[in-house]
Amino acid sequence: MVTTSSPAPTEARIWQLLEEVSDPEVPVLSILDLGIVRAVAVDGEHITVTITPTYSGCPAMSAIATDIRLRLLAEGYRQVTIHNQISPAWTTDWMSQAGRAKLEAYGIAPPIDGTASGHVLNLFGQDTAVRCPLCKSAHTHLVSQFGSTACKALYQCDDCREPFDYFKCHA
Amino acid sequence: MAATQSEIPTAPAAAPAANPLFPLVLQLADTSLILAHRLSEWCGHGPVLEQDLALANIALDLLGEARSYYQYAAELEGQGRTEDDLAYLRSAVEYRNPLLVEQPNGDFAHTIVRQFLFDNFHYHLLKELQSGPDARLAAIAEKSVKEAAYHLKWSSEWLIRLGDGTPESRQHLDKAIATLWRFAGELTTPTALETNLQELGLLPEYAALLPAMQAHAAHVLAEATVPLPAAPFAQQGGKSGRHSEHLGYLLAELQYLQRTYPGLTW
Ligand SMILES: [Zn+2]
Repeated sequence: MVTTSSPAPTEARIWQLLEEVSDPEVPVLSILDLGIVRAVAVDGEHITVTITPTYSGCPAMSAIATDIRLRLLAEGYRQVTIHNQISPAWTTDWMSQAGRAKLEAYGIAPPIDGTASGHVLNLFGQDTAVRCPLCKSAHTHLVSQFGSTACKALYQCDDCREPFDYFKCHA
Repeated sequence: MAATQSEIPTAPAAAPAANPLFPLVLQLADTSLILAHRLSEWCGHGPVLEQDLALANIALDLLGEARSYYQYAAELEGQGRTEDDLAYLRSAVEYRNPLLVEQPNGDFAHTIVRQFLFDNFHYHLLKELQSGPDARLAAIAEKSVKEAAYHLKWSSEWLIRLGDGTPESRQHLDKAIATLWRFAGELTTPTALETNLQELGLLPEYAALLPAMQAHAAHVLAEATVPLPAAPFAQQGGKSGRHSEHLGYLLAELQYLQRTYPGLTW
């Protein structure tokens, strides 16, 4: 029987550690804030973390899987399986309230629920009134539906003129 | 040298009783991959920074979708080929993408018209596929349809801007429509394979997608002040492996790295 230096993992402990893993593209959010961790299972020394991708081609997903491994390895947990699950599809509804507040404080407008782009005839941003994260004005306009990463759109405030990212609703 | 030249494929090895979904999933994968590659050619060349980013974002979404299909196709085939083998180590005649997506980028209006024709089909197809009987295909569609909705909105908006813009933008748009509209028909004209899958209930009837597609196109074209183009004939062949010469050049670039350094992974 081999004894390891770290205590046997518990699910609660793993969830705590995952809170310390941040989204590499929006570092103010933990992966729990983002809502991409779907399950944690512990079987003896073996840990399985189930994550779901945000966008199909999101290049951050493999970085996130590596970061999870590294964080768990730092605690001495070596037997880690990262399981990718695509269904049910990730939605911004899974983003935590804490995460939304952190986003706005960071300068990114949080997703507005119920404004997903299901209505393909709502063109030219008619369907989404986004609040400026800097001056809180509602007078903003869409610059581009596609921003610096797949999950964000680019807006500009008509009052303070600040250009800002909007974390798109994805439901 | 001899080693690489020996990769000229022998006739696709008879894979009897293979899952009938395999060729369909491969076709979906090829379609998204080839268009993703075309869009990625814009990277650094977009008309303005925001649209350069948009083109790259859409390319990335399609690449991610293609990857999900290739992984599934590799499992369905069960012959030991990987997603990389399927994406990178087949010859042009084995690709099953429709001709539309391999057409060169041309100018921005040309890319927009190609994208609009594809998005209008892709979005409506995924909407149906996500409630289809095959759970894995449905899951990929459920994920991708959300992205496809953004793509369709983007290409619709640009079609309207170009059509109802300046005489210059309108001239470019009219030229692109005249060149590309003939490639739309192939998307919704079922091949023997697709007809078979439709009869098995694994693929939506394309005729059932057409009303929604036509309604969307009519709305967008009206906003763009562009008369509904007549489609005198449908240029087809890609879904059966009969491609334009453009695909060979595209694959030469797409496959270069994998053929030069065999075994690289995504
Ligand atoms: Zn402001």
